Amino acid sequence: MSAPDRRDDVEALLRELAPQVLGALVRRHGQFDACEDAVQEALIAAAAQWPTQGLPDDPRAWLFAVASRRLVDEWRSEHARRAREERVATLEPDEEPTTLDGDDTLALLFLCCHPALTPPSQIALTLRAVGGLATEEIARAFLVPEVTMAQRISRAKQRIKASGGTFELPADDARDARLRAVQHVLYLIFNEGYTASSGPSLQRAELTREAIRLTRLLARLLPDDTEVAGLLALMLLTDARRDARTTADGDLVPLAEQDRDRWDRVAISEGIVLVEQTLPRGRIGPYQLQAAIAAVHAEAASGEGTDWPQILALYMLLERVEPNPMVTLNRVVALAMADGPQAGLELLATLDGDERLAEHHRLVAVRAHLLEQAGEVDAARAAYREAARRTTSLPEQRYLERRAAQLPG
Amino acid sequence: MKYMLLIYETPKTREIFTSAEGREMMAQVNAVMRELTDAGELVGGQALADPSTAKSVRSGGGSPVVTDGPFAEAKEHLGGYVIVECDHARALDIASRWPAVGSSGMEVRPIMDDGGAEM
Repeated sequence: MSAPDRRDDVEALLRELAPQVLGALVRRHGQFDACEDAVQEALIAAAAQWPTQGLPDDPRAWLFAVASRRLVDEWRSEHARRAREERVATLEPDEEPTTLDGDDTLALLFLCCHPALTPPSQIALTLRAVGGLATEEIARAFLVPEVTMAQRISRAKQRIKASGGTFELPADDARDARLRAVQHVLYLIFNEGYTASSGPSLQRAELTREAIRLTRLLARLLPDDTEVAGLLALMLLTDARRDARTTADGDLVPLAEQDRDRWDRVAISEGIVLVEQTLPRGRIGPYQLQAAIAAVHAEAASGEGTDWPQILALYMLLERVEPNPMVTLNRVVALAMADGPQAGLELLATLDGDERLAEHHRLVAVRAHLLEQAGEVDAARAAYREAARRTTSLPEQRYLERRAAQLPG
Repeated sequence: MKYMLLIYETPKTREIFTSAEGREMMAQVNAVMRELTDAGELVGGQALADPSTAKSVRSGGGSPVVTDGPFAEAKEHLGGYVIVECDHARALDIASRWPAVGSSGMEVRPIMDDGGAEM
């Protein structure tokens, strides 16, 4: 094995072990914040040593032992500072618990997505504590200075402590809400990476892979949860389009114009199997429905060959399960493809008064596309330009300006 | 979402900041900056030197032309900026708590993202 390969392998192993070791440590000692710092230090030590010196016999036990020692060192210095109490004997590092408890990883995910935290904090903490990423890597992925990310993480840990967050799986009601928060955080991480994959920052695109890895982990821990499976399927089916969604210059390519030969068939098959397995199992949720929609797109040989009536039906279902104006906006697109642009424009008009979408560039962009399809060239051009002014995304702005410029006349 | 808060100053702003009244304003600025740092929302920020130290460069149509200024007599000028990562309401809240000196004020502008969704 060459050195870089070994470094990648070590990194993958560390990422996998990180939540297990942290979970076991918190289970034993409590004090999530101190344990998290200790594990992070152990990971850094391992990343430096293992690629050159080889793996220890039991990597997990090694990490657990090193992290425990750090924790004890930390407590010792604190004790020395405070009261010089010689209680440290009771704090000697223990043997690692021999059973591997998946609930520990789950409890960790739940803790990182504590409702007292803002989504950016939940994301940062999840990537570090469960994903095993270093603060510097997370900072680079989110294009902020390392000190900013470090502060975000440490503030998040203080918040959890202050709001009495415990390392336990919450009871039923709270558990559902927390699981939804976990899914949402994983979805946000995925999206951050997916939408960024056109930009110059490859580091950000790796967030997509990390989100899929963590969602796979969650799906393994909760094999009966159809929404987790739906989320994984949605990510796989969306990510399958990654290579086709931008040109070599980083310009966005709309779904209808993508070269479908460049879609990742392996990811698509896996996503479709997941959708087929979970949909008939009752309790339909928004991620499953979005995955089902992505599956219909993935199965179509071309944009025109897409089963738009089926997509329309799925969006109507999604609107019932999770009503929000963004879903309605997508239904507008599907309706226009199934029944023509005029039908789409009529439904779109019903969204005009919706404050949640007011001034949103997506609404204006959809209107522009429909006006173009309806042959209303001047109105379409004005709408594309307006949408281009409203978006805060550079590739979207370029795309919308290009559409406006390509119109005849 | 990242926002740039553009700080507009008047020719008097820096003078006022060193006075007794200004010291209180400075304390307000420091308090806001500390809050942004502690929350992990502060991405960056700098103060700019006086406009009298600026040069304007205009190229196009031959060789670039360098002139002094913008204009020393301008009623307000860009005095510095702060970049924060937070939601829109929070960005406006931060701007509204920045101490105002005379007619100066804050402009809140979203920063364009390199990423985007295909449509």
